Amino acid sequence: MRSTTTVLLFLFVTALTVFSVIVVWPSSPDRYLPGSFWPEGRGIKIGDWERETMRLGLDLRGGSYLVLEANPPADYQGDLDQAMDGAKDVVERRVNEFGVSEAEIQRTSGNRLTVQVPGLPLADAQNLIGKTAALQFMTYDDQTNLVPATGVVEGQTIAMTGAHLKNNTYPERSGTTYAVVFETTSTGSKLLEQITTRAVQYPSTDPRNFLVVELDGQVLSEAAVQSVITDQGRITGQPSFTEAANLSKQLNAGALPIPLQTIQAREVSATLGEDSVLDSVKAGQVGLLAVMLFMILYYRLPGVLASAALIVYTSVTLAVFKLWPVTLTLSGIAAFVLSIGIAVDANILIFERMKEELRRGRSLGAAIDIGFSRAWSSIRDSNVSTLITCLILYWFGSQFGASLVQGFALTLAIGVGISMFSAITVTRTFLKMLLGTRLAKNAFLFNAEEIRRTGPATRAVTAKGE
Amino acid sequence: MLDFAGKRWWYLWVSLAMVVVAAGALALWGLKAGIEFTSGSSFTVEFTERTVEQSELRQAMQDLGHAEARVQGAGANTYIIRTAELENAPSLDSASGPAQPGEIDEIERGLREKFGAFNREDFSTVSGTVSSEIARFATLAVGAAAIAILLYVWVMFRQLPKPWRYGTCAIIALLHDALIILGLFAVLGRFRGTEVDTAFITAILTVIGFSVHDSIVVFDRIRETLSNDPYIPFEEAVNASMTDTLARSINTSLVVVLTVVAMMLIGGETIRNFLLVLLVGIVSGTYSSIGVAAQVLVAWENGDIGKFWRRLRGEPGEPETAAEAV
Repeated sequence: MRSTTTVLLFLFVTALTVFSVIVVWPSSPDRYLPGSFWPEGRGIKIGDWERETMRLGLDLRGGSYLVLEANPPADYQGDLDQAMDGAKDVVERRVNEFGVSEAEIQRTSGNRLTVQVPGLPLADAQNLIGKTAALQFMTYDDQTNLVPATGVVEGQTIAMTGAHLKNNTYPERSGTTYAVVFETTSTGSKLLEQITTRAVQYPSTDPRNFLVVELDGQVLSEAAVQSVITDQGRITGQPSFTEAANLSKQLNAGALPIPLQTIQAREVSATLGEDSVLDSVKAGQVGLLAVMLFMILYYRLPGVLASAALIVYTSVTLAVFKLWPVTLTLSGIAAFVLSIGIAVDANILIFERMKEELRRGRSLGAAIDIGFSRAWSSIRDSNVSTLITCLILYWFGSQFGASLVQGFALTLAIGVGISMFSAITVTRTFLKMLLGTRLAKNAFLFNAEEIRRTGPATRAVTAKGE
Repeated sequence: MLDFAGKRWWYLWVSLAMVVVAAGALALWGLKAGIEFTSGSSFTVEFTERTVEQSELRQAMQDLGHAEARVQGAGANTYIIRTAELENAPSLDSASGPAQPGEIDEIERGLREKFGAFNREDFSTVSGTVSSEIARFATLAVGAAAIAILLYVWVMFRQLPKPWRYGTCAIIALLHDALIILGLFAVLGRFRGTEVDTAFITAILTVIGFSVHDSIVVFDRIRETLSNDPYIPFEEAVNASMTDTLARSINTSLVVVLTVVAMMLIGGETIRNFLLVLLVGIVSGTYSSIGVAAQVLVAWENGDIGKFWRRLRGEPGEPETAAEAV
């Protein structure tokens, strides 16, 4: 009675579930599961996809979230789009240089960057990104005002900045203090040559002889120019080696091509995140058990199978989240709950149809097939419309940097996709495995006893009678 | 077979009444905008050293120069404090050296002196530029999703006469649910100080997803009934379809309700409002697929609106053909 395809599918589903459970299994199960007799596990490692834990969003693991916006001055000449790409690279390098892992930096609509730094308090994250190392070379003009040091390259007047230094600077001891040694780029060397040629004409008592280096508007070092320099130089006056090294790192990461302002910031403490995770897991477990209990009481044997399918669904979905990896947030968990509802809904649609067919006196095999084919169009249309909504929300989310909405959309889309597979393949396979067993002949188990009482009732007759 | 379509006026009036109540609450009290929609800062503190009363905390915030601060309880000895935008985030182009101590640090110092140790669980600040955009974004996204669903349903129901009506009715049901949620938020804002924030957006999105899902399942059954018997009177087709999908509709929403209630009982204080909205939204979504989407479809098919207007203007109505046809 059971076809080879059914048996093969059953084996496939079983293997997939075992694999998923291994992937999802937490490294310290006693945190999530009652009792302490659970074996330790570390999740699965496949090539690059080694993930011992779920990737959790900031609201679940703690950390900082910032939205930075560039406000170009009215007379801004450059290519804003390019400048934003540059700014993103710089922020990325800075964050990486300081060893923060799994930070996410995204360009969003217009001239914004969203930065997510897990595990770091807001103040630290801001310090990290905020250290712009906007290095500016300055000189004094005739009225002893500090002005940007400029030169003319290819007919254009350019102010010399950190951008004209190669990113291979290094810290060095310099007498009692520390210095950062730098090399200039080709434009930088032309600029530096012109600037120092001008400065060197004045005696060392004249302020115009000085070359000043400013970092973020603060004077960093001031030195008399003794000779014309072109290719390399030193920024002196760093009080400690650490500060010299940090400055060097920031210079190597590069200056922001455009000033950025924080327009939105959010911080979640690690303990709050931890509590949310434990609460969600517990709620999820109780919710799942409640759903299973309901399904079994109401639909009996098919309910048992649907509950098994639900376990398959949950573990496969969580495994996909882990392997993708999807960053789970609280809104993502809401989406997951909704997707469980949708997954069960598909089963309910099918079972209701099956029950109708059984009551009309069809055999179980026929009822399964007809039930599935009849329910399919409603499962397809309702789920496709949900997927369309997800797609639009995801797109809008990425445009506006609304990571909350994006997380919701992605999680829901994956959930809906897998729920369709689960309803069509998993539940059907489980049901078909029953064919030819004694269970299949027991109408009680399918909550379809009316077959015997009413015979093959036809709805058409009752409908006309009304 | 249950006669849903014949009692459609009951359903439509009840739905209308609920929408009017929701709109009334919305108009009367408005939504209490969270910082995402207005700009400002918000943080949560949990006092660990001693019990702190809400009034004490409010007074303390006032003493610290934040008379505008709003204090809301959020669990055991835990409060959410909302203030005007705090100067915590130095702008990146002018930041120099170590970050300046922000206003949040000053507030923390002040609170610590007064109430002893506490944990700051989160902090969030939004500037005016972003806030207006989030509201616009949410509206746009929901609008775009509604249009896309309308088109999809139109295409999928194209073998039926007047296929655009199905999508439109699903959207009407969706708006019904969304309005009820908005009304609920107005009530919660008035009596519990609940603010419209990111959780609100998620809740609306979830409810919208559920509402459309549910309406389409009911419509699918109508499509099947009509395809099997093209000469069946429309009302009868709707009645048969709704009778058949009733068990499914109730069971599905029961499943989601069970999950949500479980999360409500166990989940943390912070998401309780969110879950409450979800609960109402799911019940409303299930109801609206039967009580709004399908009923509006029947009313539309019968030209009820036109008849209603004619009757209001005292013109003689057409004979009730639909009832006699059965």
